[in-house]
Amino acid sequence: MIIARILGTVVATQKDERLRGKKLLIVRPINVDGSDTTGYVVAVDTVGAGFHERVLVVAGSSARLAQGMKDVPVDAAIVGVIDTVDVQ
Amino acid sequence: MQLARVIGTVVATVKNDSLEGRKLLVVQTVDRNLKASGKPMVAVDSVGAGVGELVFWCRGKEASFPFKREDTPTDCTIVGIVDSEQHVSR
Repeated sequence: MIIARILGTVVATQKDERLRGKKLLIVRPINVDGSDTTGYVVAVDTVGAGFHERVLVVAGSSARLAQGMKDVPVDAAIVGVIDTVDVQ
Repeated sequence: MQLARVIGTVVATVKNDSLEGRKLLVVQTVDRNLKASGKPMVAVDSVGAGVGELVFWCRGKEASFPFKREDTPTDCTIVGIVDSEQHVSR
C-alpha cells in the first residue's frame, strides 16, 4: 500500500454500471515524511476521505477485495485515513 | 518476495471494515547487502513483526492470501521474519 494525499475529485456521469455511486478522488503518492512525489492516481474512496487528508491506497487487483468493491472495475482504492506515521 | 526492514508504524482509525484489527507497518526494501533500496511502503503484518526487524514480504494479490483471502484489501503483506541478519547468506 502507498501513502497518498487527496488533491481533488473526478466527476464522471458515463461510467461502468458497477461504479455508480462510488466517489472518485485524485490522489498523489507522498513519501513517509509527508513530502510530495510526482504523478497522480484516480482512486475509488471506500472510507469517506476528504481534501488534503493523508490516506492509504491499495493498488492492483487487491483493490477489488475492499468491502463494497466486489467485482467493481477498479485498480486503486482508498482503504484508510491516516492518523499518524511514525518512522524511526 | 523481497527482504525489507520494518522502519515504522502507521495508525489509521478510519479504515475499510475489512482491514479492522490489522497492524500496519512501514517497510523499507533492502538489497542483498541489506542496504535500503527503493521507497518505503506500507504493509499489513501477518506474522507479528516489529520495528527494526528484518522481514520478507509479498506484493500483489497474493498479499491477501495470509488472511481471509477474498476479503482483505492489501497489496503488500509481511509474511515472515528473518531469524537474524547472519541467516541471510550473500
